Amino acid sequence: MLVIECPWCGPRSEEEFTNGGEAHIKRPSKPSALSDEEWADYVFMRKNTKGIFLERWSHSSGCRRWFNAARNTITNEIAAIYHINEKPPKEIS
Amino acid sequence: MKKYSIFSLLRNSINFHQDWQKAWRSPDPKSCYDVIIIGGGGHGLATAYYLAKEHGITNVAVLEKGWLGGGNTGRNTTIIRSNYLWDESAALYEKSLQLFEGLSQDLNYNIMLSQRGVLNLAHNLHDLREINRRVNAIRLNGIDSEFLNVNQIKAFIPIINISRKIRYPILGASLQRRGGVARHDAVAWGFARAGDARGVDIIQNCEVTGIVHEKGRVSGVETTKGFIGAKKLGIVVAGHSTVLAGMAGLRLPIQSYPLQAMVSEPIKPIINCVVMSNAVHCYVSQSDKGELVLGAGIDSYNSYGQRGSLNVIEDQLAALCELFPLFSRLRLIRQWGGIVDTSPDASPIISKTPIDGLYLNCGWGTGGFKATPGSGWVFAHTIATDQPHELNAPFRLERFTSGALIDEHGAAAVAH
Ligand SMILES: Cc1cc2nc3c(=O)[nH]c(=O)nc-3n(C[C@H](O)[C@H](O)[C@H](O)COP(=O)(O)OP(=O)(O)OC[C@H]3O[C@@H](n4cnc5c(N)ncnc54)[C@H](O)[C@@H]3O)c2cc1C
Ligand SMILES: [Zn+2]
Repeated sequence: MLVIECPWCGPRSEEEFTNGGEAHIKRPSKPSALSDEEWADYVFMRKNTKGIFLERWSHSSGCRRWFNAARNTITNEIAAIYHINEKPPKEIS
Repeated sequence: MKKYSIFSLLRNSINFHQDWQKAWRSPDPKSCYDVIIIGGGGHGLATAYYLAKEHGITNVAVLEKGWLGGGNTGRNTTIIRSNYLWDESAALYEKSLQLFEGLSQDLNYNIMLSQRGVLNLAHNLHDLREINRRVNAIRLNGIDSEFLNVNQIKAFIPIINISRKIRYPILGASLQRRGGVARHDAVAWGFARAGDARGVDIIQNCEVTGIVHEKGRVSGVETTKGFIGAKKLGIVVAGHSTVLAGMAGLRLPIQSYPLQAMVSEPIKPIINCVVMSNAVHCYVSQSDKGELVLGAGIDSYNSYGQRGSLNVIEDQLAALCELFPLFSRLRLIRQWGGIVDTSPDASPIISKTPIDGLYLNCGWGTGGFKATPGSGWVFAHTIATDQPHELNAPFRLERFTSGALIDEHGAAAVAH
Protein backbone atom coordinates (compact mmCIF):
# COMPACT_ATOMS: atom_id res chain seq x y z
CA MET A 1 0.00 0.00 0.00
CA LEU A 2 1.36 3.42 -0.95
CA VAL A 3 1.82 6.37 1.33
CA ILE A 4 1.30 9.46 -0.81
CA GLU A 5 2.43 12.90 0.24
CA CYS A 6 -0.42 15.33 -0.44
CA PRO A 7 1.15 18.80 -0.94
CA TRP A 8 -1.46 20.23 1.45
CA CYS A 9 -2.17 17.46 3.99
CA GLY A 10 1.13 15.57 4.16
CA PRO A 11 1.63 11.80 3.99
CA ARG A 12 -1.67 9.87 3.78
CA SER A 13 -2.71 6.35 2.86
CA GLU A 14 -3.31 5.47 -0.80
CA GLU A 15 -6.97 4.69 -0.06
CA GLU A 16 -7.72 8.41 0.38
CA PHE A 17 -6.61 9.23 -3.15
CA THR A 18 -7.98 8.83 -6.67
CA ASN A 19 -5.59 8.31 -9.54
CA GLY A 20 -6.28 10.66 -12.46
CA GLY A 21 -4.12 9.00 -15.12
CA GLU A 22 -1.54 10.58 -17.38
CA ALA A 23 -0.61 14.19 -16.56
CA HIS A 24 0.04 17.14 -18.88
CA ILE A 25 -2.49 16.21 -21.58
CA LYS A 26 -3.59 19.43 -23.25
CA ARG A 27 -7.16 19.94 -24.35
CA PRO A 28 -7.15 20.72 -28.09
CA SER A 29 -7.16 24.46 -28.61
CA LYS A 30 -9.18 24.24 -31.84
CA PRO A 31 -11.54 21.29 -31.30
CA SER A 32 -13.46 21.84 -34.53
CA ALA A 33 -10.25 21.57 -36.58
CA LEU A 34 -9.41 18.10 -35.28
CA SER A 35 -9.61 15.00 -37.49
CA ASP A 36 -11.16 11.76 -36.19
CA GLU A 37 -7.66 10.33 -35.71
CA GLU A 38 -6.60 13.33 -33.65
CA TRP A 39 -9.73 13.06 -31.51
CA ALA A 40 -9.09 9.36 -30.96
CA ASP A 41 -5.57 10.18 -29.88
CA TYR A 42 -6.75 12.86 -27.46
CA VAL A 43 -9.62 10.85 -25.98
CA PHE A 44 -8.26 7.29 -25.88
CA MET A 45 -4.53 6.94 -26.54
CA ARG A 46 -2.43 7.14 -23.39
CA LYS A 47 1.12 6.66 -22.30
CA ASN A 48 1.50 3.56 -20.17
CA THR A 49 5.15 4.07 -19.29
CA LYS A 50 7.15 1.26 -17.78
CA GLY A 51 9.43 3.41 -15.62
CA ILE A 52 8.93 7.01 -14.47
CA PHE A 53 5.34 7.98 -15.27
CA LEU A 54 3.93 11.50 -14.85
CA GLU A 55 0.40 11.26 -13.47
CA ARG A 56 -2.33 13.15 -11.66
CA TRP A 57 -3.77 12.36 -8.26
CA SER A 58 -6.68 13.81 -6.35
CA HIS A 59 -6.83 13.69 -2.56
CA SER A 60 -10.49 12.77 -2.97
CA SER A 61 -11.21 11.70 0.62
CA GLY A 62 -9.16 14.56 2.06
CA CYS A 63 -8.69 18.11 0.83
CA ARG A 64 -10.05 17.11 -2.63
CA ARG A 65 -7.27 18.94 -4.43
CA TRP A 66 -5.39 17.73 -7.49
CA PHE A 67 -1.62 17.47 -7.88
CA ASN A 68 0.94 15.75 -10.11
CA ALA A 69 3.33 12.95 -9.26
CA ALA A 70 6.24 11.21 -10.94
CA ARG A 71 6.02 7.53 -10.04
CA ASN A 72 8.18 4.60 -11.08
CA THR A 73 5.61 2.08 -12.35
CA ILE A 74 7.97 -0.86 -11.78
CA THR A 75 8.72 -0.21 -8.10
CA ASN A 76 5.80 2.18 -7.38
CA GLU A 77 8.32 4.53 -5.76
CA ILE A 78 7.19 8.16 -5.99
CA ALA A 79 10.14 10.20 -7.23
CA ALA A 80 8.51 13.63 -7.05
CA ILE A 81 5.26 15.40 -6.23
CA TYR A 82 4.54 18.80 -7.77
CA HIS A 83 1.66 21.22 -8.22
CA ILE A 84 -0.99 20.66 -10.85
CA ASN A 85 0.08 23.67 -12.91
CA GLU A 86 3.82 22.96 -12.68
CA LYS A 87 6.16 21.15 -15.03
CA PRO A 88 7.94 18.08 -13.63
CA PRO A 89 11.23 18.78 -11.83
CA LYS A 90 14.21 18.99 -14.23
CA GLU A 91 16.04 15.92 -12.97
CA ILE A 92 12.97 13.79 -13.89
CA SER A 93 11.69 15.08 -17.20
CA MET B 1 4.58 -36.79 -30.28
CA LYS B 2 3.57 -39.84 -28.29
CA LYS B 3 -0.13 -39.88 -27.53
CA TYR B 4 -1.25 -39.69 -23.90
CA SER B 5 -3.69 -42.47 -23.04
CA ILE B 6 -4.59 -44.89 -20.29
CA PHE B 7 -2.08 -47.33 -21.82
CA SER B 8 0.79 -44.85 -21.87
CA LEU B 9 -0.01 -44.06 -18.25
CA LEU B 10 0.08 -47.75 -17.31
CA ARG B 11 3.26 -48.39 -19.27
CA ASN B 12 5.05 -45.46 -17.67
CA SER B 13 3.90 -46.24 -14.17
CA ILE B 14 5.50 -49.70 -14.45
CA ASN B 15 8.65 -47.85 -15.48
CA PHE B 16 8.56 -45.44 -12.51
CA HIS B 17 7.77 -42.63 -14.96
CA GLN B 18 11.33 -42.53 -16.31
CA ASP B 19 10.42 -42.64 -20.01
CA TRP B 20 7.97 -39.80 -20.57
CA GLN B 21 8.86 -37.91 -23.70
CA LYS B 22 9.51 -34.18 -23.28
CA ALA B 23 6.24 -32.32 -23.89
CA TRP B 24 7.92 -29.99 -26.39
CA ARG B 25 11.38 -29.48 -27.89
CA SER B 26 13.39 -26.39 -26.98
CA PRO B 27 15.10 -25.58 -30.28
CA ASP B 28 17.48 -22.72 -31.01
CA PRO B 29 15.74 -20.06 -33.06
CA LYS B 30 16.00 -20.34 -36.86
CA SER B 31 17.16 -17.28 -38.77
CA CYS B 32 13.72 -16.61 -40.23
CA TYR B 33 10.09 -17.62 -39.71
CA ASP B 34 6.86 -17.13 -41.63
CA VAL B 35 5.21 -16.00 -38.41
CA ILE B 36 6.64 -15.02 -35.04
CA ILE B 37 4.31 -14.80 -32.08
CA ILE B 38 5.63 -12.58 -29.29
CA GLY B 39 4.41 -13.84 -25.90
CA GLY B 40 4.15 -17.43 -24.70
CA GLY B 41 0.97 -17.12 -22.70
CA GLY B 42 -2.15 -19.10 -23.51
CA HIS B 43 -3.25 -16.69 -26.24
CA GLY B 44 0.09 -16.72 -28.05
CA LEU B 45 0.43 -20.51 -27.86
CA ALA B 46 -3.16 -20.99 -29.02
CA THR B 47 -2.50 -18.68 -31.97
CA ALA B 48 0.54 -20.71 -33.01
CA TYR B 49 -1.38 -23.97 -32.65
CA TYR B 50 -4.30 -22.81 -34.80
CA LEU B 51 -1.94 -21.29 -37.40
CA ALA B 52 -0.51 -24.79 -37.83
CA LYS B 53 -3.73 -26.74 -37.48
CA GLU B 54 -6.26 -24.57 -39.32
CA HIS B 55 -4.05 -22.79 -41.83
CA GLY B 56 -1.14 -25.16 -42.42
CA ILE B 57 1.42 -22.51 -41.45
CA THR B 58 4.05 -24.41 -39.46
CA ASN B 59 7.18 -22.30 -39.87
CA VAL B 60 6.19 -20.48 -36.69
CA ALA B 61 8.01 -19.49 -33.50
CA VAL B 62 6.61 -18.41 -30.15
CA LEU B 63 9.05 -16.18 -28.28
CA GLU B 64 8.59 -15.93 -24.52
CA LYS B 65 10.75 -13.74 -22.32
CA GLY B 66 10.27 -15.91 -19.23
CA TRP B 67 8.64 -19.32 -19.01
CA LEU B 68 5.46 -20.54 -20.71
CA GLY B 69 2.33 -19.34 -18.96
CA GLY B 70 4.36 -17.36 -16.42
CA GLY B 71 2.32 -14.23 -17.20
CA ASN B 72 -1.39 -13.86 -16.57
CA THR B 73 -2.15 -17.31 -17.92
CA GLY B 74 -0.55 -18.93 -14.86
CA ARG B 75 -1.78 -16.26 -12.44
CA ASN B 76 -5.48 -16.06 -13.14
CA THR B 77 -8.46 -17.44 -11.27
CA THR B 78 -9.53 -19.52 -14.31
CA ILE B 79 -13.20 -18.53 -14.50
CA ILE B 80 -14.71 -19.44 -17.86
CA ARG B 81 -18.09 -18.22 -19.10
CA SER B 82 -19.69 -16.69 -22.19
CA ASN B 83 -22.57 -14.69 -20.70
CA TYR B 84 -21.69 -11.33 -22.29
CA LEU B 85 -24.23 -8.66 -23.12
CA TRP B 86 -23.44 -7.44 -26.63
CA ASP B 87 -23.78 -9.61 -29.73
CA GLU B 88 -20.14 -9.08 -30.76
CA SER B 89 -18.77 -10.25 -27.42
CA ALA B 90 -21.29 -13.04 -27.02
CA ALA B 91 -20.25 -14.53 -30.38
CA LEU B 92 -16.55 -14.32 -29.60
CA TYR B 93 -16.68 -15.68 -26.04
CA GLU B 94 -19.18 -18.39 -26.96
CA LYS B 95 -16.88 -19.57 -29.77
CA SER B 96 -14.16 -19.81 -27.16
CA LEU B 97 -16.32 -21.73 -24.69
CA GLN B 98 -17.25 -24.18 -27.43
CA LEU B 99 -13.58 -24.70 -28.27
CA PHE B 100 -12.89 -25.21 -24.54
CA GLU B 101 -15.55 -27.92 -24.45
CA GLY B 102 -13.63 -30.02 -26.96
CA LEU B 103 -10.12 -28.91 -26.06
CA SER B 104 -8.86 -31.82 -23.95
CA GLN B 105 -9.66 -34.19 -26.82
CA ASP B 106 -8.36 -31.88 -29.51
CA LEU B 107 -5.03 -31.32 -27.77
CA ASN B 108 -4.74 -34.80 -26.24
CA TYR B 109 -4.07 -32.99 -22.97
CA ASN B 110 -6.35 -32.90 -19.95
CA ILE B 111 -7.09 -29.24 -19.31
CA MET B 112 -9.42 -30.23 -16.45
CA LEU B 113 -12.40 -28.24 -17.69
CA SER B 114 -15.05 -28.29 -14.98
CA GLN B 115 -18.41 -26.84 -16.06
CA ARG B 116 -19.68 -26.40 -12.53
CA GLY B 117 -21.74 -23.28 -13.18
CA VAL B 118 -21.04 -19.57 -12.68
CA LEU B 119 -23.38 -17.59 -10.47
CA ASN B 120 -23.53 -13.77 -10.65
CA LEU B 121 -25.26 -12.21 -7.65
CA ALA B 122 -27.61 -9.22 -7.54
CA HIS B 123 -27.69 -7.09 -4.38
CA ASN B 124 -30.07 -4.25 -5.19
CA LEU B 125 -32.99 -3.41 -7.43
CA HIS B 126 -30.79 -2.07 -10.19
CA ASP B 127 -28.64 -5.23 -10.19
CA LEU B 128 -31.80 -7.32 -10.42
CA ARG B 129 -33.14 -5.44 -13.43
CA GLU B 130 -29.74 -5.48 -15.09
CA ILE B 131 -29.27 -9.20 -14.52
CA ASN B 132 -32.71 -9.96 -15.92
CA ARG B 133 -32.01 -7.84 -18.98
CA ARG B 134 -28.72 -9.62 -19.50
CA VAL B 135 -30.17 -13.10 -19.02
CA ASN B 136 -32.68 -12.31 -21.76
CA ALA B 137 -30.12 -10.75 -24.10
CA ILE B 138 -27.80 -13.71 -23.65
CA ARG B 139 -30.56 -16.23 -24.30
CA LEU B 140 -31.52 -14.39 -27.49
CA ASN B 141 -27.98 -15.12 -28.64
CA GLY B 142 -28.60 -18.82 -28.05
CA ILE B 143 -26.34 -18.99 -24.99
CA ASP B 144 -27.47 -20.74 -21.81
CA SER B 145 -28.36 -18.37 -19.00
CA GLU B 146 -31.03 -18.42 -16.33
CA PHE B 147 -32.32 -16.37 -13.45
CA LEU B 148 -32.39 -17.77 -9.89
CA ASN B 149 -34.41 -16.31 -7.03
CA VAL B 150 -33.08 -16.30 -3.47
CA ASN B 151 -34.47 -19.71 -2.56
CA GLN B 152 -33.10 -21.26 -5.73
CA ILE B 153 -29.71 -19.74 -4.95
CA LYS B 154 -29.76 -21.21 -1.44
CA ALA B 155 -30.68 -24.61 -2.87
CA PHE B 156 -27.88 -24.37 -5.45
CA ILE B 157 -25.25 -23.31 -2.93
CA PRO B 158 -26.36 -24.05 0.65
CA ILE B 159 -23.52 -22.29 2.51
CA ILE B 160 -24.39 -18.84 1.14
CA ASN B 161 -25.74 -16.17 3.49
CA ILE B 162 -29.20 -15.06 2.31
CA SER B 163 -30.02 -13.01 5.40
CA ARG B 164 -31.95 -9.81 4.60
CA LYS B 165 -30.16 -8.06 7.46
CA ILE B 166 -26.72 -7.74 5.87
CA ARG B 167 -25.61 -4.49 4.25
CA TYR B 168 -25.99 -5.82 0.69
CA PRO B 169 -28.47 -8.70 0.86
CA ILE B 170 -28.62 -11.20 -2.00
CA LEU B 171 -31.75 -10.64 -4.08
CA GLY B 172 -31.22 -12.93 -7.06
CA ALA B 173 -28.60 -14.21 -9.46
CA SER B 174 -27.91 -15.21 -13.01
CA LEU B 175 -26.50 -18.65 -13.65
CA GLN B 176 -24.60 -20.00 -16.62
CA ARG B 177 -24.42 -23.74 -16.06
CA ARG B 178 -21.89 -24.27 -18.86
CA GLY B 179 -19.52 -21.84 -17.16
CA GLY B 180 -16.86 -23.06 -14.77
CA VAL B 181 -13.10 -23.36 -14.39
CA ALA B 182 -10.14 -25.12 -16.05
CA ARG B 183 -6.53 -25.80 -15.13
CA HIS B 184 -4.66 -22.70 -16.37
CA ASP B 185 -1.15 -24.18 -16.78
CA ALA B 186 -2.60 -27.15 -18.61
CA VAL B 187 -4.17 -24.85 -21.19
CA ALA B 188 -0.76 -23.28 -21.91
CA TRP B 189 1.10 -26.59 -21.82
CA GLY B 190 -1.50 -28.40 -23.92
CA PHE B 191 -1.37 -25.78 -26.67
CA ALA B 192 2.44 -25.75 -26.49
CA ARG B 193 2.73 -29.52 -26.80
CA ALA B 194 0.19 -29.80 -29.62
CA GLY B 195 1.73 -26.83 -31.47
CA ASP B 196 5.23 -28.24 -31.11
CA ALA B 197 4.01 -31.54 -32.52
CA ARG B 198 2.91 -29.68 -35.66
CA GLY B 199 6.31 -27.99 -36.01
CA VAL B 200 5.97 -24.77 -33.99
CA ASP B 201 9.24 -23.70 -32.32
CA ILE B 202 8.70 -22.71 -28.70
CA ILE B 203 11.55 -20.53 -27.49
CA GLN B 204 11.59 -19.57 -23.83
CA ASN B 205 13.91 -17.08 -22.09
CA CYS B 206 13.93 -15.01 -25.26
CA GLU B 207 12.82 -11.42 -24.74
CA VAL B 208 11.90 -9.27 -27.71
CA THR B 209 13.73 -5.95 -27.38
CA GLY B 210 12.96 -4.34 -30.72
CA ILE B 211 10.61 -4.62 -33.69
CA VAL B 212 12.33 -4.13 -37.02
CA HIS B 213 10.26 -2.59 -39.81
CA GLU B 214 11.12 -0.79 -43.02
CA LYS B 215 8.87 1.14 -45.36
CA GLY B 216 5.78 0.21 -43.37
CA ARG B 217 6.49 -3.55 -43.29
CA VAL B 218 7.90 -5.74 -40.54
CA SER B 219 11.02 -7.77 -41.19
CA GLY B 220 11.84 -9.28 -37.81
CA VAL B 221 12.61 -8.78 -34.15
CA GLU B 222 15.64 -7.98 -32.03
CA THR B 223 15.80 -10.35 -29.08
CA THR B 224 18.08 -11.36 -26.25
CA LYS B 225 19.04 -14.27 -28.55
CA GLY B 226 19.85 -11.95 -31.47
CA PHE B 227 17.92 -10.86 -34.56
CA ILE B 228 15.23 -13.23 -35.86
CA GLY B 229 13.62 -12.55 -39.20
CA ALA B 230 9.84 -12.80 -39.70
CA LYS B 231 7.39 -12.17 -42.52
CA LYS B 232 4.58 -11.61 -40.03
CA LEU B 233 4.58 -10.71 -36.35
CA GLY B 234 1.84 -11.14 -33.76
CA ILE B 235 2.06 -9.23 -30.46
CA VAL B 236 0.26 -11.12 -27.67
CA VAL B 237 1.88 -9.87 -24.47
CA ALA B 238 -1.05 -8.80 -22.22
CA GLY B 239 0.32 -6.28 -19.65
CA HIS B 240 3.27 -5.36 -21.89
CA SER B 241 1.21 -4.53 -25.00
CA THR B 242 2.00 -0.81 -25.01
CA VAL B 243 5.69 -1.53 -24.46
CA LEU B 244 5.83 -3.81 -27.53
CA ALA B 245 3.58 -1.57 -29.64
CA GLY B 246 5.84 1.34 -28.67
CA MET B 247 8.79 -0.54 -30.24
CA ALA B 248 6.90 -0.24 -33.54
CA GLY B 249 5.97 3.39 -32.89
CA LEU B 250 2.28 2.70 -32.20
CA ARG B 251 0.18 4.28 -29.48
CA LEU B 252 -2.55 2.18 -27.87
CA PRO B 253 -5.59 2.93 -25.71
CA ILE B 254 -4.31 0.43 -23.13
CA GLN B 255 -3.38 0.85 -19.48
CA SER B 256 -1.63 -1.83 -17.41
CA TYR B 257 -2.93 -2.50 -13.92
CA PRO B 258 -2.08 -5.04 -11.23
CA LEU B 259 -4.82 -7.59 -10.58
CA GLN B 260 -4.45 -9.80 -7.53
CA ALA B 261 -5.59 -13.27 -6.63
CA MET B 262 -5.14 -15.40 -3.54
CA VAL B 263 -5.88 -18.83 -2.15
CA SER B 264 -6.88 -20.06 1.28
CA GLU B 265 -5.57 -23.09 3.09
CA PRO B 266 -7.06 -26.27 1.58
CA ILE B 267 -10.31 -27.58 3.00
CA LYS B 268 -12.75 -30.35 2.08
CA PRO B 269 -15.10 -29.69 -0.85
CA ILE B 270 -17.55 -27.03 0.29
CA ILE B 271 -18.44 -24.83 -2.66
CA ASN B 272 -19.58 -26.50 -5.85
CA CYS B 273 -19.71 -23.62 -8.32
CA VAL B 274 -18.17 -20.23 -9.04
CA VAL B 275 -19.82 -17.33 -7.18
CA MET B 276 -19.23 -13.77 -8.36
CA SER B 277 -20.55 -10.54 -6.97
CA ASN B 278 -20.12 -7.24 -8.74
CA ALA B 279 -21.71 -5.01 -6.11
CA VAL B 280 -19.72 -6.20 -3.09
CA HIS B 281 -16.92 -7.22 -5.45
CA CYS B 282 -15.36 -10.56 -4.88
CA TYR B 283 -15.51 -13.98 -6.47
CA VAL B 284 -14.73 -17.43 -5.21
CA SER B 285 -14.41 -21.02 -6.36
CA GLN B 286 -12.67 -24.05 -4.91
CA SER B 287 -9.68 -25.70 -6.57
CA ASP B 288 -9.23 -29.45 -6.85
CA LYS B 289 -6.60 -29.16 -4.12
CA GLY B 290 -9.28 -27.73 -1.82
CA GLU B 291 -8.08 -24.14 -1.70
CA LEU B 292 -10.59 -21.35 -2.06
CA VAL B 293 -9.51 -19.32 -5.08
CA LEU B 294 -10.34 -15.66 -4.50
CA GLY B 295 -10.17 -12.50 -6.54
CA ALA B 296 -11.75 -9.14 -7.18
CA GLY B 297 -10.85 -5.91 -8.97
CA ILE B 298 -7.74 -4.14 -10.22
CA ASP B 299 -5.63 -1.71 -8.22
CA SER B 300 -6.46 1.96 -8.62
CA TYR B 301 -3.29 3.03 -10.47
CA ASN B 302 -1.36 1.58 -13.42
CA SER B 303 1.75 -0.39 -12.59
CA TYR B 304 4.06 -3.13 -13.82
CA GLY B 305 4.89 -4.38 -10.30
CA GLN B 306 3.32 -7.85 -10.06
CA ARG B 307 2.07 -7.48 -6.49
CA GLY B 308 -0.75 -5.03 -5.71
CA SER B 309 -2.16 -3.18 -2.73
CA LEU B 310 -3.34 -4.49 0.62
CA ASN B 311 -6.56 -2.46 0.69
CA VAL B 312 -7.81 -4.36 -2.37
CA ILE B 313 -7.36 -7.62 -0.47
CA GLU B 314 -9.07 -6.24 2.66
CA ASP B 315 -12.12 -5.11 0.69
CA GLN B 316 -12.66 -8.40 -1.10
CA LEU B 317 -12.18 -10.50 2.03
CA ALA B 318 -14.74 -8.36 3.86
CA ALA B 319 -17.16 -9.00 1.00
CA LEU B 320 -16.41 -12.72 1.02
CA CYS B 321 -17.03 -13.03 4.76
CA GLU B 322 -20.38 -11.30 4.44
CA LEU B 323 -21.49 -13.68 1.68
CA PHE B 324 -20.03 -16.73 3.42
CA PRO B 325 -19.63 -16.06 7.17
CA LEU B 326 -18.24 -19.55 7.70
CA PHE B 327 -15.09 -18.64 5.72
CA SER B 328 -14.10 -16.00 8.28
CA ARG B 329 -11.70 -18.24 10.16
CA LEU B 330 -9.86 -19.57 7.11
CA ARG B 331 -6.27 -18.49 6.59
CA LEU B 332 -4.80 -17.30 3.30
CA ILE B 333 -1.70 -19.12 2.19
CA ARG B 334 -0.68 -17.36 -1.02
CA GLN B 335 -1.33 -14.05 -2.76
CA TRP B 336 0.05 -12.79 -6.07
CA GLY B 337 -0.56 -10.27 -8.82
CA GLY B 338 -0.54 -10.17 -12.60
CA ILE B 339 -0.45 -7.16 -14.93
CA VAL B 340 -3.62 -6.84 -16.97
CA ASP B 341 -4.07 -4.73 -20.11
CA THR B 342 -7.30 -2.78 -19.79
CA SER B 343 -8.98 -1.03 -22.71
CA PRO B 344 -11.45 1.89 -22.60
CA ASP B 345 -14.48 -0.30 -23.45
CA ALA B 346 -13.36 -3.42 -21.55
CA SER B 347 -13.20 -5.32 -24.85
CA PRO B 348 -10.12 -6.76 -26.53
CA ILE B 349 -8.27 -5.47 -29.60
CA ILE B 350 -7.61 -8.25 -32.14
CA SER B 351 -6.47 -6.39 -35.15
CA LYS B 352 -4.22 -5.55 -38.03
CA THR B 353 -2.11 -2.44 -37.46
CA PRO B 354 -0.95 0.45 -39.68
CA ILE B 355 2.27 -1.55 -40.24
CA ASP B 356 2.03 -4.39 -42.79
CA GLY B 357 2.62 -7.81 -41.30
CA LEU B 358 2.21 -6.57 -37.73
CA TYR B 359 -0.82 -7.86 -35.82
CA LEU B 360 -2.04 -7.08 -32.35
CA ASN B 361 -3.98 -9.10 -29.79
CA CYS B 362 -4.43 -7.32 -26.46
CA GLY B 363 -6.82 -5.49 -24.16
CA TRP B 364 -8.28 -8.65 -22.58
CA GLY B 365 -7.81 -6.98 -19.23
CA THR B 366 -9.14 -8.95 -16.30
CA GLY B 367 -11.06 -11.52 -18.32
CA GLY B 368 -9.07 -13.14 -21.10
CA PHE B 369 -8.43 -16.63 -19.79
CA LYS B 370 -11.90 -17.76 -20.82
CA ALA B 371 -11.13 -16.50 -24.31
CA THR B 372 -7.81 -18.30 -24.76
CA PRO B 373 -8.79 -20.79 -27.50
CA GLY B 374 -11.20 -18.41 -29.26
CA SER B 375 -8.68 -15.58 -29.24
CA GLY B 376 -6.00 -17.82 -30.72
CA TRP B 377 -8.45 -19.14 -33.30
CA VAL B 378 -9.51 -15.72 -34.65
CA PHE B 379 -6.01 -14.26 -34.36
CA ALA B 380 -4.55 -17.14 -36.38
CA HIS B 381 -7.17 -16.44 -39.05
CA THR B 382 -6.31 -12.72 -39.03
CA ILE B 383 -2.59 -13.39 -39.42
CA ALA B 384 -2.93 -16.19 -41.99
CA THR B 385 -5.38 -14.40 -44.29
CA ASP B 386 -4.32 -10.82 -43.51
CA GLN B 387 -7.90 -9.94 -42.65
CA PRO B 388 -10.05 -10.37 -39.56
CA HIS B 389 -12.48 -13.24 -39.17
CA GLU B 390 -16.07 -12.02 -38.89
CA LEU B 391 -15.92 -12.85 -35.17
CA ASN B 392 -13.09 -10.38 -34.50
CA ALA B 393 -13.86 -7.78 -37.19
CA PRO B 394 -15.69 -5.58 -34.62
CA PHE B 395 -12.64 -5.72 -32.31
CA ARG B 396 -10.36 -3.68 -34.58
CA LEU B 397 -8.05 -0.96 -33.33
CA GLU B 398 -9.90 1.52 -35.60
CA ARG B 399 -13.00 1.33 -33.42
CA PHE B 400 -11.44 4.00 -31.21
CA THR B 401 -11.42 6.34 -34.20
CA SER B 402 -14.82 5.42 -35.59
CA GLY B 403 -16.44 5.38 -32.16
CA ALA B 404 -17.95 1.90 -32.58
CA LEU B 405 -16.97 0.79 -29.07
CA ILE B 406 -18.17 -2.49 -27.55
CA ASP B 407 -18.90 -1.39 -24.03
CA GLU B 408 -18.65 -4.43 -21.79
CA HIS B 409 -17.94 -2.62 -18.54
CA GLY B 410 -20.86 -4.38 -16.93
CA ALA B 411 -19.59 -7.61 -18.54
CA ALA B 412 -22.61 -9.49 -17.17
CA ALA B 413 -20.85 -9.56 -13.80
CA VAL B 414 -17.48 -8.66 -12.38
CA ALA B 415 -15.18 -8.45 -15.33
CA HIS B 416 -13.33 -11.75 -15.14
C1 LIG C 1 -5.11 -12.33 -10.85
C2 LIG C 1 -5.79 -12.51 -12.18
C3 LIG C 1 -7.01 -13.16 -12.24
C4 LIG C 1 -7.65 -13.35 -13.46
N1 LIG C 1 -8.81 -14.08 -13.48
C5 LIG C 1 -9.38 -14.39 -14.67
C6 LIG C 1 -10.52 -15.24 -14.70
O1 LIG C 1 -10.99 -15.73 -13.67
N2 LIG C 1 -11.08 -15.53 -15.91
C7 LIG C 1 -10.57 -15.01 -17.07
O2 LIG C 1 -11.13 -15.29 -18.13
N3 LIG C 1 -9.48 -14.21 -17.07
C8 LIG C 1 -8.87 -13.89 -15.90
N4 LIG C 1 -7.75 -13.09 -15.88
C9 LIG C 1 -7.24 -12.52 -17.14
C10 LIG C 1 -6.41 -13.53 -17.91
O3 LIG C 1 -5.44 -14.11 -17.07
C11 LIG C 1 -5.70 -12.87 -19.09
O4 LIG C 1 -6.59 -12.07 -19.84
C12 LIG C 1 -5.14 -13.93 -20.04
O5 LIG C 1 -4.52 -14.97 -19.34
C13 LIG C 1 -4.15 -13.27 -20.97
O6 LIG C 1 -3.45 -14.27 -21.67
P1 LIG C 1 -2.23 -13.91 -22.56
O7 LIG C 1 -1.73 -15.19 -23.11
O8 LIG C 1 -2.62 -12.83 -23.49
O9 LIG C 1 -1.22 -13.21 -21.54
P2 LIG C 1 -0.03 -13.80 -20.64
O10 LIG C 1 -0.30 -15.13 -20.09
O11 LIG C 1 0.31 -12.70 -19.67
O12 LIG C 1 1.11 -13.96 -21.71
C14 LIG C 1 1.87 -12.89 -22.23
C15 LIG C 1 3.30 -13.33 -22.25
O13 LIG C 1 4.08 -12.37 -22.95
C16 LIG C 1 5.36 -12.40 -22.40
N5 LIG C 1 6.10 -11.20 -22.79
C17 LIG C 1 5.92 -9.92 -22.36
N6 LIG C 1 6.82 -9.10 -22.92
C18 LIG C 1 7.59 -9.88 -23.75
C19 LIG C 1 8.70 -9.59 -24.60
N7 LIG C 1 9.22 -8.36 -24.73
N8 LIG C 1 9.24 -10.63 -25.29
C20 LIG C 1 8.75 -11.90 -25.17
N9 LIG C 1 7.70 -12.21 -24.36
C21 LIG C 1 7.13 -11.21 -23.66
C22 LIG C 1 5.11 -12.49 -20.91
O14 LIG C 1 6.24 -12.99 -20.21
C23 LIG C 1 3.91 -13.43 -20.85
O15 LIG C 1 4.25 -14.77 -20.59
C24 LIG C 1 -7.08 -12.86 -14.66
C25 LIG C 1 -5.84 -12.20 -14.61
C26 LIG C 1 -5.19 -12.03 -13.38
C27 LIG C 1 -3.85 -11.35 -13.34
ZN1 LIG D 1 -4.85 16.73 0.76
